[in-house]
Amino acid sequence: MARFLRPESFSAATEDLLLLPFNFERAGAHQYLVANMVGDFVRLSEEELNRLVDLQVRPGDGLYEKAYAAHLVTGTNQKAQRQLLAARLRSRMSFLQQTTPLHIFVVTLRCEHSCPYCQVSRQSTDRSRFDMNEQTAMSALDIAFASPTARIKIEFQGGEPLLNFPLIRKIVAAAKQRSGKQLDFVIASNLALLDDTVLEFCKENNVLLSTSLDGPADLHNKNRPRPDANSHELAVAGIRRAREILGPDRIGALMTTTEASLDRVDEIIDEYLQLGLDGIFLRPLSPFGFAIKTKQFAKYDAQKWLAFYERGLRRVLEINRQGTPFREFYAALLLTRMLSDRPIGYVDLRSPAGAGLGALVYNYDGSVFASDEGRMLAETGDDAFRLGHVEHDSYNSLILSDKLIGAISSSLTQCAPECSTCVYESHCGADPVYHHATQGDALGIKPLSAFCARQKGIMGLLLDILENSPEDAAILRRWAAA
Amino acid sequence: MTLPLYGTASQSAGFSSDKARSILRLRSVDSAAERHVADFAIARTPDDIRRAIEADWPSILFVSDGSIDLCGTFTGQLVAVPPKYNYLADGDVIGFDHASRKFRTLYRRNSAHNSFLVTERCNNYCLMCSQPPKNVDDRWILSEIRESLPLIDPATRALTFTGGETLSDWEDFTAVLKECRDRLSATAIQVLTNGRAFADSRIVDAWKEIGHPNLMAAIPVYASVDHVHDHVVQAKGAFDETILGILKLKDRGQRVEIRVVLHALTAPIIEDTGRWIARNLPFVDHVALMGLENTGFAIANDTMLWMDPVDYGDGLARAVDHLSAAGVNVSVYNLPKCVLPKSVWPHALQSISDWKNGFVEECDRCDAKTTCSGFFTTGRPRFSRGVRAIISQRDESTALAG
Repeated sequence: MARFLRPESFSAATEDLLLLPFNFERAGAHQYLVANMVGDFVRLSEEELNRLVDLQVRPGDGLYEKAYAAHLVTGTNQKAQRQLLAARLRSRMSFLQQTTPLHIFVVTLRCEHSCPYCQVSRQSTDRSRFDMNEQTAMSALDIAFASPTARIKIEFQGGEPLLNFPLIRKIVAAAKQRSGKQLDFVIASNLALLDDTVLEFCKENNVLLSTSLDGPADLHNKNRPRPDANSHELAVAGIRRAREILGPDRIGALMTTTEASLDRVDEIIDEYLQLGLDGIFLRPLSPFGFAIKTKQFAKYDAQKWLAFYERGLRRVLEINRQGTPFREFYAALLLTRMLSDRPIGYVDLRSPAGAGLGALVYNYDGSVFASDEGRMLAETGDDAFRLGHVEHDSYNSLILSDKLIGAISSSLTQCAPECSTCVYESHCGADPVYHHATQGDALGIKPLSAFCARQKGIMGLLLDILENSPEDAAILRRWAAA
Repeated sequence: MTLPLYGTASQSAGFSSDKARSILRLRSVDSAAERHVADFAIARTPDDIRRAIEADWPSILFVSDGSIDLCGTFTGQLVAVPPKYNYLADGDVIGFDHASRKFRTLYRRNSAHNSFLVTERCNNYCLMCSQPPKNVDDRWILSEIRESLPLIDPATRALTFTGGETLSDWEDFTAVLKECRDRLSATAIQVLTNGRAFADSRIVDAWKEIGHPNLMAAIPVYASVDHVHDHVVQAKGAFDETILGILKLKDRGQRVEIRVVLHALTAPIIEDTGRWIARNLPFVDHVALMGLENTGFAIANDTMLWMDPVDYGDGLARAVDHLSAAGVNVSVYNLPKCVLPKSVWPHALQSISDWKNGFVEECDRCDAKTTCSGFFTTGRPRFSRGVRAIISQRDESTALAG
């Protein structure tokens, strides 16, 4: 029998070691949070980080093992770690292979609600002015079908899209007649006009419903006024009816946080729970109203919102600990990014940005926008994200327009100041529309950005729970599971 | 009990001297299956022999404790083996060396655990190797396998190729696997390899080209850190090549199982290894976390390697959690349920090959015996201090007490 060699025989010499790219952030007096190229986190002390950067690490000293397993250090002659990082990065970014999977049709701007946080709807009953016409719709469909992805989702928005239900029928029928793409349909509706005809149509055509539910009746009705002050009643009745007719997974609800919501997150969550919904998406305040006026106010607002979010997340975890599976969908999205390499092309949280590359918005009048928020900006006179018009443009001319390329290329987190060195970069996204709206610049100054403050705040919170609260961590890990 | 798979025939006759070895397939005396030149009627009594001769069998294998004198009544090929090989049955295949009369059971049709040793050569030298490598020219083994494949029942559910390093002669071996593709397309083929060869794109391309519909490369990864793995396999640079090999296989859509053998160098860090695999290689098709078979080098390195499974159970459970949460299909092999945390039980499989699988007396009182891996009977079995019959009633009383 040949002799066996001792562990030391397999150690690399210091001169054969090489640092791999990583980002870090101070996380306490002498503590650093470190993220490798694909966003795996590891905590190092200041002394460890200094030793690592100087490559003063030796196999067997504990730090070498920690840094090697986290792909912070490799051997000059080794290939596997670099190939692993490349493969994982490729997987994480592969959402780019599905170019423009979402197409939003604003079939009307009219609405019977008069929500103060809405920037776009009109009370008008003047159909000819604010409804999309059939010709515009068919031209928009041409563009949607010219996007390279094999599967597209067509989402009907408004205003209240059910006010122009006949056009929805026509678009769905026309889309189904065309071949070559898998199709998903969604109607984003307040459900006030939901009736059996609509439900039957949804059932026949496998159309999903998405609605707004801001919380308990008084809060919801305050946020979402309509003539009979019964928005909540109609929404709840609509959700119940839709679940019954279409099935429990065929309707989703979204909430919008207003100032009046900030102290009531438990009640808002309980409202969702009571309706039998399987989770809630705690969304930030819309930046396109009052919050936009001063940068500092926006930042202050982010802190208030984060407190609201944390209270909400902890309530959701408590519900899970008590035995009811219930998710907070934004956390689930971030956790999927943080704990796996599955490609997440969520339009508001990706870089390159989702504007245009993730979604196109066809407005009632034929204007095409890079995002829903872009269309809202246009309603207040800012055409920065108006890419063109369905009558004069093709998919290619829209996607390759200088406006879109400019916004996307100037906002890449991979090379933006503050972002490119941020420890959370792998899991974050570029939001050029938001930063244009709040700071007049698609890139924006990140320390002044409420978007940035929210992202870092939530990811910091999730990391804290993952590391320090085993029972809650197990729940969070389940949300990230495939 | 350990089934004897090797042995020496007590008697043989009728074999020509221009060939050193023959492959024999055993058939029932009454078998109506089409006869192959390698087929031997299996006889267990003098009456069987008489009937075989009547049925014109040109070749007979006789399982008996006495010698037999056929006195010119039979002029064909004859092999007689001792009664402990009475397990041999219709459809089984053995390799037989004419001069030494040594034989080896290559395939048992009724077993779920058939494996072919491909070579004893290896470029690793693992501290716990159950099949210590030998640097010898054993290429004849591959020829023997090629000769055996046509004799194997195409309905065989699973077949394993093991070594040594199975890819030592990768060109010849991939040719054997192509033969499996053609003859055994419904059989799950598992190849145990250290995976290092797949760092070479030529080899991984050849592997892909085999195109067997159910082929799996089972590759060991012992740590998330290079020098720890390299020490276990006693080969510097092995970790890098193995991981690169796994990546190249998956890049080409090939099926991969990762195997982690648990002992004192790998078990204390199994949670880290499990988490690392979950994070970096979640696309592998299966991960097997395996109790140590205490034989071969594992005996020589016992003081370095032995760790009682009850002392790493918690880490093992957490490794299983990390892998499951990442959607990785994970199993625990070779460890009896009584030494494992309950959360691991659904993953613990009856993995030990039937011919070397056994239980201890304590197991007779155990309610979980029929679904338990039991123990290896090979080498010098070591038993955990946690071995204890699982009795449902006792579980309840413990729960009440707790």
